[in-house]
Amino acid sequence: MFDAHDITLTVNGKPVRASVDARMNLADFLRKDLKLTGTHVGCEHGVCGACTVLVDGASVRSCLMLAVQADGRSIETIEGVAGAGELHPIQAALARHHGLQCGYCTPGVIMTLRELDHDRAGGTLSEDDIRAALSGNLCRCTGYQGMVDAALELFGPAAAP
Amino acid sequence: MKAPAFRYHAPRSIAEAVALMSTLENARVLAGGQSLMPMMNLRVAGPDHLVDLGRIAELNGIAEDEHGLRIGAMTSQRAIEKSLLVATICPLLAEAIAHVGHQQTRNRGTIGGSLCHLDPGAELPVVAAALDIMLTAAGPTGSREIAFRDFPADYLTSSLEPEEILTHIHVPRQPPRSGSAFLEFNRRPADFAILSVATTLTLDEAGRIARVAIAVGGASYRPMRLDAAEAALTGQLPNAEALADAAAIAGTLPCDGDDLYPADYKQDLCAVLVRRTLTIAASRAQENAHV
Repeated sequence: MFDAHDITLTVNGKPVRASVDARMNLADFLRKDLKLTGTHVGCEHGVCGACTVLVDGASVRSCLMLAVQADGRSIETIEGVAGAGELHPIQAALARHHGLQCGYCTPGVIMTLRELDHDRAGGTLSEDDIRAALSGNLCRCTGYQGMVDAALELFGPAAAP
Repeated sequence: MKAPAFRYHAPRSIAEAVALMSTLENARVLAGGQSLMPMMNLRVAGPDHLVDLGRIAELNGIAEDEHGLRIGAMTSQRAIEKSLLVATICPLLAEAIAHVGHQQTRNRGTIGGSLCHLDPGAELPVVAAALDIMLTAAGPTGSREIAFRDFPADYLTSSLEPEEILTHIHVPRQPPRSGSAFLEFNRRPADFAILSVATTLTLDEAGRIARVAIAVGGASYRPMRLDAAEAALTGQLPNAEALADAAAIAGTLPCDGDDLYPADYKQDLCAVLVRRTLTIAASRAQENAHV
């Protein structure tokens, strides 16, 4: 390593200690060192949103954050979303509404929807709110309508309180 | 691609950060990393040292003071977007910041990083130009104040010295009987703006324009203030004719064009966006005058 740093962080609720090179980004650290390959890497320059993870609850591009910057932080990846043996409600809604096709963007989409669900604090979201949040996640299959439908079912005016 | 190798430093104080910037060769300050990290991943930037300001608590936060708001340079764009204080004291900043990138980049991107990066398509420098904001920078010999109009030095280049760090942004309180508006034009929401306009105006007790500021982004390497249009509007009632005259002046702003967006196309955009922001700002000022 050119410039090694020791880091301590929490990933999906579990404590992690590691030594990382300064240049290693968070996405590569999750995928290569922790073998959490559910976080996908698309463009590697912050445009596509495939690598979106939650850092202390906020959605971020993990290709634009260094692993060393995650020291002391709490990370949630797609591997931390589902319960044992069953889909998270967001995953189930995406499946119902055909909200994924090839699935490459899906982990990032789900992390964005996780943050949106938290930030709405039980409130109701409009289709515009949902589309604005999802605008940071590119889908090459252009399957946006299914994602929006799934999010509207969960967070929209018709969702049960 | 991946960023080339560099050494990483995480100072805990402004003084420590300035000391690092004063001694390290080919060092870059890392703010939110939403522009610098892509540039490094694309190998457009290759610093030998990164000085990450993310662990300096005194650079983070929004506070009210006698002039308006004092915002730490490392305050995230998302924190500003969610701030009730910002929405109340400087609605123009609140309106513009929702256009900055995406939620996922606003969570990391900072106000100071955006102002220092000075992308011609960025929104925050345009707001800074319209509001005549003051900046505080820290260097080896202490702090100094810089008016934003003196801040842009060249394309993607601020007038900070290599060892200096932007520490605070001072945003003025919107005066009574004032209104503001921010509009941009781009092909998709959340893209960098092809052209953007920030307008703020204050009415006198007779309803005439006492003060107006119009800033345009995307015309040049730096935000441009429309001095001639501002002078023409001052003292006028904000009626359709006066606003149309100002828009006509705005349409003569020299613009840098390219094959996709030629200069005359940007000038047309400028006239339209100036007229629209003036109309919205005047209407908001009239509402505020009646409260």
